[in-house]
Amino acid sequence: MSLSLKIKRVPTVVSNYQKEEAEEAGRRSGGCDRNCFNNCCLPGAKLPLYAYKGVDTAADEKALAELEDADIPMAFLDSLVLGEWEDRMQRGLFRYDVTACETKVIPGKYGFIAQLNEGRHLKKRPTEFRVDKVLQPFDGKKFNFTMVGQEEVLFQFEASEDGDAQYYQNAPIDIENSPNVVAINVSPIDYGHVLLIPRILKCLPQRIDHESFLLALHMAVEAANPFFRLGYNSLGAFATINHLHFQAYYLAVPFPVEKAPTKKITILENYGVKVSELRNYPVRGLVFEGGNTLQDLSNAVSDTCICLQGNNIPYNVLVSDCGRRVFLFPQCYAEKQAMGEVSAELLDTQVNPAVWEISGHMVLKRKKDYEEASEKNARRLLAEVSLSGERFQEVKALIFEAIFCSMNKTHITAQGLESLEEDVEVQSAEDLFGMKQEQGSHTAMVTGTHDCLVMQ
Amino acid sequence: MESQLALIEQSFNSRYSCHVREALDELPDSFTITDPSICGHPIVYASRGFLKMCGYSREEVIGQNGRIFQGPGTDRRSVMEIREAIREERTIQLNLLNYRKDGTPFWMLFHMNPIFSKEDGTAIHFLAVQVPLSGRGRRRGRRSHDSGTEDVIFGSCRKEVCFDSLLEVGRVLEHNNSVLDSEDSAGVVDIEETCEANELEKRRAASAIKNILSVLTHYSELTGRLVCGKRGCCNGTSPLGSSVAISLGRIKQSFVLTDMHLPDMPIVYASDAFLKLTGYSRHEVLGRNCRFLSGMDTDPSTLFHIKESIRAERPCTVRILNYRKDGSSFWNLLHISPVRSASGKNAYFVGVQMEEGGCRNQGGGGLSTEMRHRSTVGAVRVALRTLSMGSGSSKVE
Repeated sequence: MSLSLKIKRVPTVVSNYQKEEAEEAGRRSGGCDRNCFNNCCLPGAKLPLYAYKGVDTAADEKALAELEDADIPMAFLDSLVLGEWEDRMQRGLFRYDVTACETKVIPGKYGFIAQLNEGRHLKKRPTEFRVDKVLQPFDGKKFNFTMVGQEEVLFQFEASEDGDAQYYQNAPIDIENSPNVVAINVSPIDYGHVLLIPRILKCLPQRIDHESFLLALHMAVEAANPFFRLGYNSLGAFATINHLHFQAYYLAVPFPVEKAPTKKITILENYGVKVSELRNYPVRGLVFEGGNTLQDLSNAVSDTCICLQGNNIPYNVLVSDCGRRVFLFPQCYAEKQAMGEVSAELLDTQVNPAVWEISGHMVLKRKKDYEEASEKNARRLLAEVSLSGERFQEVKALIFEAIFCSMNKTHITAQGLESLEEDVEVQSAEDLFGMKQEQGSHTAMVTGTHDCLVMQ
Repeated sequence: MESQLALIEQSFNSRYSCHVREALDELPDSFTITDPSICGHPIVYASRGFLKMCGYSREEVIGQNGRIFQGPGTDRRSVMEIREAIREERTIQLNLLNYRKDGTPFWMLFHMNPIFSKEDGTAIHFLAVQVPLSGRGRRRGRRSHDSGTEDVIFGSCRKEVCFDSLLEVGRVLEHNNSVLDSEDSAGVVDIEETCEANELEKRRAASAIKNILSVLTHYSELTGRLVCGKRGCCNGTSPLGSSVAISLGRIKQSFVLTDMHLPDMPIVYASDAFLKLTGYSRHEVLGRNCRFLSGMDTDPSTLFHIKESIRAERPCTVRILNYRKDGSSFWNLLHISPVRSASGKNAYFVGVQMEEGGCRNQGGGGLSTEMRHRSTVGAVRVALRTLSMGSGSSKVE
């Protein structure tokens, strides 16, 4: 008999077609009469398509520099997102005008950003969410993004076939292969809040894999705006919709977490990715940067996410600095909440610490909380979210074990079996931490098809 | 439209009398001066010392943004801190890794000071002084498990070591994945983390700033458009700081911002494209109401419609006959929308102009007129939303 941990919360409404659970269950699965994003309504529909250019980071450092930064002309994708979003705003598709929500930077060392948003959360009956399983199968009966209205979808986002960025104003939708799409979030946290939904029609559950994370990184690179950041919440870390998606929006100030100092842990040689640990920040987390190629950075992060998912550890990810820096936060707030370990005072603020809150952008629904917002309160809340020092060390060890496995397997595969003797030089978690392997078998640790081949 | 180089020339010439460059050329220090009001925030002056230090020629540097000296080993946090200091128009000093023309990295103490106009208190230029580091200020350390008061520094700091150990940090690797970093006995990975400036180097930076500022101040007196190293000493509110100018400068569209709460709703920002479209110069439009664009044959009912929308604080799109400075007219597809500030209240109007039948290559590529109108409005909203929100001098250390 297994115990399952649940919390109750009012889910954020991201689409105008998202209804209550009861209504959801009663919905007919096919033949709807409105413009949804499913096979019933899609054939014949057209949607703008942005084909992004592949960027190979290190090789194209100069090209990347040309693409980006707040100082040079807006990148096309940037204009596209802003233009489409403003269009939907003028069409009244959002539940409220987010620019009418007062915002301030809380005085203090970190510069937390607080927003008073009384309209974001509905005064509805809270729904139950299972928080003890990071991996849950997709449930077609629950709300998912194929149910959004086509007017809520802004454009398709695909890799360009010939290596140059392209834009097509009226492209058909490839239902067979399922496009990646960018849709609006009708309860925006700030201007330009969109959802990136990889392979929307494939109905993938909320879990990161190599391909989807790489897509997210490409979007960050292509938008070329350091104030346009992408985020991800796993199940159990305040994702409410179990349909694979990333979020993104604009905020033209640095996030507190971006300012936090870091301490380098190592450089993953095969990937060329530097991994650091956050210092002096209320939530413990890792920072990934560099990479010989964008794909290498992506793989380092997604290897990590896959490991955490496999070990049932909820986490959040922030893609910042135009895809140059990725922050990863394993967390346990939901678990604590389910076990009744969070103080009533904190629960009353109804702040669910997902990626944006952890990064330092707090949306507050009560005027009292906004007016009394202080750095001390913000840190207190975030401290509850963070893994303890010890637990974080354990998780770090797990993560590095998984990354080295994955990296070295690629390395070994590439070099062939003859070079197996050379593997004693290969990086391993033991070398790094000088610690014995954790309890638990190898196979339980790493999901997917990786077998651990690290030599002791 | 003046080319960027012409703008750069003007950046200096309108502010300082003509011998300023000679005077600056006589200073031995390495420094650059940038202009935030020109799109791309380019370098408008680079000292001989700077060119010598980085190995570029003057032509290669003037007009470029400081980012060209950054590279894979440059700490992204530092880049962000500099960006924020520019946004907030304040001084910053930090250790930074830059790259020469030949690709070799070097550490320097980067000290940046805004230069304020005495008239309106805006930062009109940024002065950056670079002091190459000898490394005598650095410490050798081991990784500590408890976060102490500062970053732990690994390894030694000779420039050759810098170069070698930095090869693998995100650079293109044609060679194999062999471990390049050497480990010392504590199992600490030996990679360049940072480099500290010593007291002497910091003093050099400070005195260089002082000397350069006094040259600039002197030569600005001669034009009557005084500058000073500190803000304050200004009357009247500055239109919009350089932070907004920089973020709005990215928008290639023709547009203006007007302040809703000032009498007669004056223009407080005009994009370069607007100036090009209408033929006016910036100081000819700032502070004026947009009505000067209308003329004899402008349809009064269109004007009325605009006025009504403004009064109701509502967006509107019209086709209006406008006039350039030279008297020629053009059909303007104009979109106006109220924009809120961080307080959440309407504070500005943005007006986006598009010349009917005009050049399609205005950086919008395949975007329709409506889309271009809207993306401009969106970008303005993002920029103005955090206008008054300085992230303070918060530095997490």
